[in-house]
Amino acid sequence: MVNSNPVISLSDVQHTAQLANLPIPEDKLPKLQAQLESILQFVKTVQTVDTDNVPETTQVTGLENVWRKDEVEDSRTFTQDEALANASSTHNGFFMVKAVI
Amino acid sequence: MSIKDLAAKIKNKNITPAQLVEEAYTNIQRSEDQINSFITLRPKSDVLEELAKLKPSNSPLYGIPYVLKDAYATKGIQTTTASNILKGFVPTYSATVYKKLQAAGAILIGKCNQDAWGHGGSTENTDFGVTHNPWDISRVAGGSSGGPAAAIAANFCTFAIGEDTGGSIRNPAAWTNTTGLKVTYGRVSRYGAIAYASSFDTVGPMAKTAEDLAYILSTIAGVDPYDATTSPTPIDDYLAHLGNDLAGKTIGVPKELYGDGLDSEIKAAIMSAIEKYKEMGVKIIEISLPISEIGLAAYYLIAPSETSSNLARYDGIRFGQGRGEFTQETIRRIMIGTYALSAGYYDAYYRKAQKVRTLLVRAYEQALAGCDALIMPVNPTMPPQIGELISDPLSNLLADVYTTSINPVGVPSLALPAGFSKSGLPIGMQLVGKKFSESLLLNLGYQYQQVTDWHTRSPKL
Amino acid sequence: MTYSLVCGAEIHVELRTQSKMFCGCKNDPFGAPNPNIYTCPVCLGMPGALPVPNKKAIEDCILIGLALNCQISEVSKFDRKHYFYPDLGKGYQISQYDEPFCVGGYVDTSFGRVGITRVHMEEDTAKLHHETVNGEKVSLIDFNRSSVPLVEIVSDPDIKSAEQAKEFLKKVRDIVRALGVSDCDMDKGSMRLEANISLAPVGADPSVRPPLPPYKVEVKNINSFRYFANSIEYEMKRQEELLLKGSTPKQETRGYRQDGNRTESQRGKEGAADYRYFPEPDIPPFRISREMVQDIAQRLPQLPEAIIAELIGYSIPESTARVLTGDNAALAYIREINKLDPKLSPKVAGAIANKKIDITKLLPSDYVKEESTKAADKITDVAELTKLVESVVTANAQSITDYQAGKQNALGFLMGQIMKTSGGKADTTIAKDILTKLI
Repeated sequence: MVNSNPVISLSDVQHTAQLANLPIPEDKLPKLQAQLESILQFVKTVQTVDTDNVPETTQVTGLENVWRKDEVEDSRTFTQDEALANASSTHNGFFMVKAVI
Repeated sequence: MSIKDLAAKIKNKNITPAQLVEEAYTNIQRSEDQINSFITLRPKSDVLEELAKLKPSNSPLYGIPYVLKDAYATKGIQTTTASNILKGFVPTYSATVYKKLQAAGAILIGKCNQDAWGHGGSTENTDFGVTHNPWDISRVAGGSSGGPAAAIAANFCTFAIGEDTGGSIRNPAAWTNTTGLKVTYGRVSRYGAIAYASSFDTVGPMAKTAEDLAYILSTIAGVDPYDATTSPTPIDDYLAHLGNDLAGKTIGVPKELYGDGLDSEIKAAIMSAIEKYKEMGVKIIEISLPISEIGLAAYYLIAPSETSSNLARYDGIRFGQGRGEFTQETIRRIMIGTYALSAGYYDAYYRKAQKVRTLLVRAYEQALAGCDALIMPVNPTMPPQIGELISDPLSNLLADVYTTSINPVGVPSLALPAGFSKSGLPIGMQLVGKKFSESLLLNLGYQYQQVTDWHTRSPKL
Repeated sequence: MTYSLVCGAEIHVELRTQSKMFCGCKNDPFGAPNPNIYTCPVCLGMPGALPVPNKKAIEDCILIGLALNCQISEVSKFDRKHYFYPDLGKGYQISQYDEPFCVGGYVDTSFGRVGITRVHMEEDTAKLHHETVNGEKVSLIDFNRSSVPLVEIVSDPDIKSAEQAKEFLKKVRDIVRALGVSDCDMDKGSMRLEANISLAPVGADPSVRPPLPPYKVEVKNINSFRYFANSIEYEMKRQEELLLKGSTPKQETRGYRQDGNRTESQRGKEGAADYRYFPEPDIPPFRISREMVQDIAQRLPQLPEAIIAELIGYSIPESTARVLTGDNAALAYIREINKLDPKLSPKVAGAIANKKIDITKLLPSDYVKEESTKAADKITDVAELTKLVESVVTANAQSITDYQAGKQNALGFLMGQIMKTSGGKADTTIAKDILTKLI
C-alpha cells in the first residue's frame, strides 16, 4: 500500500524504467512502485544529515594523475573471432542488430 | 589442512596435488547436491590435465585447489555472476586475480554461486538455485559470496576468492565459520571482476584461517596497469607479521553497535572474544561510532547508482541475453540507482549521499585515531531460513547494517569465527583497521586463532 | 523586428595517437582492413573491463586548449555520460562534465572574436552502418573506432554569420592541423561538426548584446564547412518565419540534408536527454601542475597567424603566405632563402605557391646561385633598355593604341615582347618603368 504522498509516483517509475532501458511489464509496475517507495523512504534519511560545507567523496584511492603511455599494447587485443565469440548475431565480421534509427 | 602444511607436504612429496584434487572431488560428489555451491564445476579430467602441465613454481599456493566466485572472468570457462543474462558467456580474457593464481600454480576447481551481480546478502538472488549453509542446509550460507564460503566450509577446496562491496565476503564468512578479508580498496586489482559498485568493490581471499589469507593476499595484492584504482602502496610481508606480540595494541569497541537489534548470542560471543584479546595483552577501549544506519542509507544510494551504470552494458548485443532477464532484486537496485542519478534528483540523493560518505570517512578516521582496530559484529542475526530474508526487500537491506558503512570508506576488515550459537550455528565477528593495515588485522586474527578453535570445526555433512 | 544570428559550434576532433583513449588497442579505425580487429575487453565494454587513460591524448587536448587561448584547469576529472545505443558498448561514454581540461579561450576572426567555452576529452563510439541482410533492415557495428580519443571543442554562441562560421571553422582546423595531433579530415571522420543556432531580436542599441534566446536548435550531420554555412542560412530563414509569426522555434535536434540544403527534424530526439552524469569512479582525478602545462606549451608550434605575419615580414604578399602556412617544407626553404638573400624571399615564395619550382630537387643555396646568375645576366643599363623598349613599342603600334584605350593586358603583352626580344634578360622592373613612362 503506497501512502497518498509517495516519494516515487507510478509515472516516475515508468520514466525511470525507460531511462534504465528496463522492459518492465505494465502490470508489474504497482508492486515495483511499492517496493521502491519503501526503500526510498529509508535511503531518504541521508537528507536529515547536516552536510553544510562538506565536500563529496567520489572515490577513496587518494590517487591522482593515473595514466598510461601512448603505445600499442596488443596483448589484450582480440582477434575478430574472439571479439565476436559471445555475440548472438553477427554478419561478415560485424555485430548485427535490428535496424536502429 | 592449512596452506602452510599443504605446501610443505607437496614440497616434500608427502602428498601430490592430484591427491588433493581427488579429495576435493570426492567431497563435492558426496555433498554438493545438498549445498549447491557451484555454478560451473570444472570436469575433473580438465583439472588433472591442467595439473599435469603445470609449470613448477615456488609459490606456497602451488597445487592448492581453490574456487572463484563466478564474478571473475576466466578465459575459456563460463562466467555468469549468477545471472541468466550471462548464462553461456565464456570470456576470451581473464581477470588479473585469476592470472596471478594461475601463475602461482593454484588449481581452479570451479566457479561458485553468489547473489547475482553482488546484489544480496544470502545467495538467494541467483538464477542458479540457492546455496545452502553446510551447517544447516535449511538455512542460507550468506552472500553475496555464499557459494565460495560454503565450498570452503564443506571442504570442496582450500581457499576461495570472493568479492566484498558491502559485506559480501564477511557476511558469508561469519555464517559459515570461515575467515574472509575485505581488503583496503585498491589493494587488489579489480580488472576482470564483474563490477557492482566501482568505488566500493574489493577482491578478497576466503579460507579457514587468517594465516591462509596471508598466503593468498601475498600472491594477489599489488598495483595493476589494467586497473587505475590500484594502489602503489608497498605490499607488507603479511606472513612475517602474523606472530607479532599483541601486547600494547588497542582495540576499540563501538558502543552503538551492541545495542538492540543485535542477537544476544552474537553479542555474547564477541564479548568473549574481547576477553580473549584482553588476556593477550590488548587494551580495550569503548569508542563512539554512531554511523551504521546512515552509512547503510548512503550505501544503498551510492551502490545502486554505480550498479545502474555498470549494468548498462548488458544489452545482449556483444554478449549475453537481453535486459528482460534481470531478477527482481537487481531491477530494484537499477531503478533506485537510475532514479538517484536522474535530473532533478541527483543533488538530493546521489550527491547528498556522497557528502554523507565524507562524514563516514571522517568518523572512521576519528574512531581509528585512538586504536589499532575496531571490533564489530558482522550480521545482526543468525543465518535465516531460506526464503526469509528475500521476502521483504527492506528487511533484506537492513540486515547489512554492520558491514555496509565500511566499503564507502575503503578501510579493510577481517571476518573470522567467534563461536557458535546454542543450536550449533556459526557466529562471526569483524576487525576493522586503517587503510593498508591488513598486516595488523591478520596478526590479530592469527593470534586469536592460536587461542581458540572455532575455526577448526567442520559441519557434519 | 529584425533578428540576428546567435550561433555556436561544437567540433569533435579525433586524435591521431598510437593507441586508444582507455586501452592499448591500435588507433586506426579508418585504415583497418577488417571490422572488429582492434578491440579488447575495455573498448568492447566487456564484463569486468576497466579504463586507463592515455597520457598523450590528455596532453594533446591541453595543447589544443593552449592553442585556442584557453585556461588549463588545475583540477580535472572524467565523468560518465549515460545513454543507450548500440554503438556505445558500456551504455555510457567516458567524457567530461563539469571539470573539463580547458576553459575560456578564443579565436579571432575578421568578423570579430569567437569565444571558446571549453575543450574537453572523451572517447569515440563504435561505427554503425545500415544494411539489408536476408531481407531484413539491420545495423552493423564495428568497434575498431570505439574508444578512440576524441577532443570536443565548444564555442561560445558568438558566431554572427555564415561567413564568420566558415572562417572560424577553417581557423580551428588549421590550428589543430598545425599542432600535428589530428588530420582533421572530414571525409575520414576525424573532424565532425555540430551547430547550435538561434535568433535574437536586434535591440535599439546594437552595441549591447541581446540576452540569449530561450531556445536553441542543434543541427547535426554536417559534413563540411559549406554545409555548416548552409545550415545557418536555412535555419535563419526558418526560425525568422516562426518568430515573425509570434511562435518560438521548438528546441530540438535537426539533421542537415544535402538534398535541398535544408535541415529536418530528427524523430525521437525531442526534449533534453538525461545523461545522469556522475564522476567516473574507475579513474582517479587529475591535478595539472603549472610545470606540466609549460612542458606541453613547448610543443606549441608557430600557429598559422604567426606564420603569416612572419612571411609578410619577408615581403611576401598575404595571399601567397596563406597558401603556404600548412607546408612545413616550404616554410623551412623560404627561411633558408631569407637568410641567404632576403631580396629573393617574395620571388621564391611565389614560385613555390605556383608550383614553378621543386624544392626537393634544388637546394636553397643553388637557387640563390641561379638567381644571381640570372641577375648578373640581366640588362639593367637604362640607356640600353630604353633602346630595347623603344624598338618594341615601334613594332607594336596596335598594342599602344589598345593600352591607351584602356586595355590593361596590352601592357602585359608588351612586357612579354620586351622579355622575348631581350632573351629574358631585361630587368622587368626597370623595363616596365620605362615602358609606362613612354606610353
